[in-house]
Amino acid sequence: MEIRENLYYSEDHEWVRVEGDLAYVGITDYAQHHLGDIVFVELPEIDSEYAAGDTIGVIESVKAVADMHTPVSGTVVEVNEALEQAPESLNKDPYGRHIAILRLSDPEELGNLMNAEQYTAFCEQAEE
Amino acid sequence: MSKLIFEKSVKGARSFTLPGSDLPDRVPEEIPADFLREEDPLLPEVGEVEAVRHYTELSRKSYGVDSGFYPLGSCTMKYNPKINEWAARLPGFAGLHPYQPEETVQGALELMYELQRMLCEITGMDAFTLQPAAGAHGEMTGAMIIKAYHNSRGDTKRTKMIVPDSAHGTNPATANMLGYKVIEVKSDERGLVDVEDLRSLMSDEIAGLMLTNPNTLGLFEENIREIAEIVHAAGGLLYYDGANANAIIGIARPGDMGFDVCHLNLHKTFATPHGGGGPGSGPIGVKGFLVDFLPVPVIEKSGERYRLSYDRPRSIGKIHAFYGNFGVMVKAYAYIKALGNTGLKEVACNAVLNANYLRTMLAGSYDIPYNRLCKHEFVASARKQKKETGVTALDVAKGLIDRGFHPPTVYFPLIVEEALMIEPTETETRERLDAFVEALLEIDREARENPERLKEAPHKAVIRRPDETAAARNPVLKWEPGK
Amino acid sequence: MNYVPNPPWVVREMLDTIGIKSMEDLFADIPEAVKLNRELNLPRPESEMELRRDLAALAARNLAADDRPCFLGAGAYDHYIPAVVEHLLLRSEFYTAYTPYQPELSQGILQSIFEYQTMIANLTGMDLANASMYDGGSALAEACALACDTTRRRKILLPETVHPAYRQVIQTYAMGGKMEIVPVPGDEGIADPEAVTSRIDKQTAAVVIQHPNFYGNLETELRRIEQAVHGAGGLLIMAVDPISLGLLKPPGEWGADIAVGEGQPLGNPLSFGGPYLGFFAATEKLMRRVPGRLVGETVDRDGNRAFVLTLQAREQHIRREKAGSNICSNEALCALAATIYLTVVGKEGLKEIARRCHGLACYARQQLEKAGLKLKYRKPFFKEFAVAIGDPQAANAALLKEGIIGGYELEGALLLAFTEKRTRAEIDRLVSVLGGIAHE
Repeated sequence: MEIRENLYYSEDHEWVRVEGDLAYVGITDYAQHHLGDIVFVELPEIDSEYAAGDTIGVIESVKAVADMHTPVSGTVVEVNEALEQAPESLNKDPYGRHIAILRLSDPEELGNLMNAEQYTAFCEQAEE
Repeated sequence: MSKLIFEKSVKGARSFTLPGSDLPDRVPEEIPADFLREEDPLLPEVGEVEAVRHYTELSRKSYGVDSGFYPLGSCTMKYNPKINEWAARLPGFAGLHPYQPEETVQGALELMYELQRMLCEITGMDAFTLQPAAGAHGEMTGAMIIKAYHNSRGDTKRTKMIVPDSAHGTNPATANMLGYKVIEVKSDERGLVDVEDLRSLMSDEIAGLMLTNPNTLGLFEENIREIAEIVHAAGGLLYYDGANANAIIGIARPGDMGFDVCHLNLHKTFATPHGGGGPGSGPIGVKGFLVDFLPVPVIEKSGERYRLSYDRPRSIGKIHAFYGNFGVMVKAYAYIKALGNTGLKEVACNAVLNANYLRTMLAGSYDIPYNRLCKHEFVASARKQKKETGVTALDVAKGLIDRGFHPPTVYFPLIVEEALMIEPTETETRERLDAFVEALLEIDREARENPERLKEAPHKAVIRRPDETAAARNPVLKWEPGK
Repeated sequence: MNYVPNPPWVVREMLDTIGIKSMEDLFADIPEAVKLNRELNLPRPESEMELRRDLAALAARNLAADDRPCFLGAGAYDHYIPAVVEHLLLRSEFYTAYTPYQPELSQGILQSIFEYQTMIANLTGMDLANASMYDGGSALAEACALACDTTRRRKILLPETVHPAYRQVIQTYAMGGKMEIVPVPGDEGIADPEAVTSRIDKQTAAVVIQHPNFYGNLETELRRIEQAVHGAGGLLIMAVDPISLGLLKPPGEWGADIAVGEGQPLGNPLSFGGPYLGFFAATEKLMRRVPGRLVGETVDRDGNRAFVLTLQAREQHIRREKAGSNICSNEALCALAATIYLTVVGKEGLKEIARRCHGLACYARQQLEKAGLKLKYRKPFFKEFAVAIGDPQAANAALLKEGIIGGYELEGALLLAFTEKRTRAEIDRLVSVLGGIAHE
């Protein structure tokens, strides 16, 4: 299971990558592994505002479904439309495929998220 | 390669004809030109012989209770008596229009009225409606009745419904349809509702608790009276999911356990066939204080005459265009009449006997997480096999197909890993059960000796492990010519 | 009768294997306080011979529509069912099977549902159809719920020309609090187009149009309504009679987003109102929100064509409290009847049946008018219309006396339906009785 450095992680197994005031959000390798073969991704609408923890989309696999939450508050400025045609790319490259990009409204929230080391420990605990 | 009926179509082929028309030629037609269909619908063109062969072939690629043992947990795949099929097809039942004058359908209304009365006696409830077309439809009706009851008392802050973590998916989905927030109550280490957890969840915001008893692990909720007291004390109502009623008919009744609303599945407990997915029937029973909320119409009897009454101002309304699945009711009525006052208890006894027999015989080779006296079903687990050999519950299921059995329910309930939920029903012989045990033991041996073969199973079915991922990623939901 | 196969000595040995003394001990976990501990108060068991006699006697207390010309419609129709349909439905591999969870053992049922979905999609002119639902009324209610869910709006415009029972079902489903029903008048026998368009706003999730409507009339202002609702970002839901689609322009061509209807006319007996099947078709855009079972085509490990239940992540057993609907079953056997029916009558047969129904209705109208009666509404119809009559109840009683099952009683009118089973002679008898009443 891959966990990348320099990303923020949530307890719902989402990652955040920050570039300036933009936050790229996606799902972790752990999440895609547990969902299984992903068959469909429902994306949020551009310009929608969300608070941290809100559901911004839905990820479906053959036998499971999971809400996608945003770990940070902000406004959606872009969604990864390529996922509509190729949802399986989330299985192959979860850290290379963001779901959406949000303009951060409260960057301090990032402090509530885990770093790679903390997230590794969190996943190990979850597996037990 | 199985051809679709469309691929067997030959332009101009047909057997069906209408009688010659004796209408005068010059009857003016009514339909304006732009309301007419321009292009013909794409439908098959085949003669009768090919149609019959085609669907006969499809039947041979299907598997029913009549084909063999079908221990699908929580589905009660018992034998469907043939006399019941005959009865439902009698012209005096099958040929009735739902809006015929009441005096021309007295026999049908009497059958429904009597079926309701018998279901009341079987469940200990005070009144029944036969309108719901399926178990989930009944659940929805029951949840509506609960909501209507609270609303009628001005008690509108009850916005939450409790369901156990082992519940069927329909329970939370039903609660959601009614706008309830779903609260899960945990199971304890014995597989039963955690009474203390339930107590802590209760408040004046709880509309009720939806409970299956015996539960989806096949275990009787022994604390049911205490559970009922807790829910009632907080002003909530208790809903009985009748999916597992086959375990207790004639032995114990939801009405006596403290349930206020209950549904039954005529297609499970009362031997009406499942039809490959339906039609079923999910009647709802209620206690006296909820009778006013039942859907309309209600069948009333005055003197020797039966009538449909719509004059029920507090009713939730209608949930089916007509009166429910009458044809299914005929079969259930015939079944109850055949078994009578003594036969239903025999059903429960033998269903529980068969389940415990299988549980005992399998306990050595498969993990049984709650291995004690069960009711009509029990949940085994392939986790030992998975850990030791990599063979999963799904592989076990596919291995059973090669050995001529329908597999049990797999991966449910969610609280047991690698779950194999086994419900033999009362209509199986010991010989059948022994053969099933032998098949599962053989699969266990194969898992150790040749797991790859199981991973590739089934080897004897018409297809082998269809690609469900591809089906869901790029759904093909209809045939299109040339594709 | 009983269907328990193990004789007492086998039961005894099984109890020994389990290690339990008696049948009673199998229920030791049930508290005494909730045990029944008495015999059920039901009649004694019946043998098959007694059962047959009793059920035949009950059935004989009904008057079957088969025995008398039946002009009742209003959502359930006395169409002819070819013998092949009933014959094939008795193949017990079909009717004694469960929902096709194990595709390897259920290819026959899965393929039949795939064929059904194809036929319904083609008939309605829609992109796709599900495996069927409980009945026409509940399918329509589910369509309304889907419209609210997908548009995130609340209002459903529901004309009075929609079947009253369907309207009641939708109203009951609205108890969930997620939709608000806005009634629309239909005084002229069609949904009042002014009233529809003036009520459409940004909260309108959908307009429901039954076509032909409950009164048998064509909704002649359909085009205008379609434009208005789509212009405001809402959906058009159409409820249609499947037989009419042999003749009438299908919902897909009218721009419907969802098309539903009662599938009973396709090879299913009247059976006092059920079991029937609701068909449900939609545009591709709504595919992942459609309620109920869907069967898809795929390939198996060896590359063979295979059929499976698909898009299951929509459904209650996976989505649980987030599912849009709680439905699990479809009416598979009724859908199979519809599939076999459409196969047997075929493309040409369905067109001829639709034409015959319409022709008989037109003939009846002509004859009724000759006898001095008038239609309640002056609108084009398909196979059903309302004839104005002072006392419809008395008219039905008079018809029954003459051995005719009359129409559905409306205020000051009888709603009469004409299937291909009716004959000129039967219509002439109908007209003579009704004409006689009109002249009294």
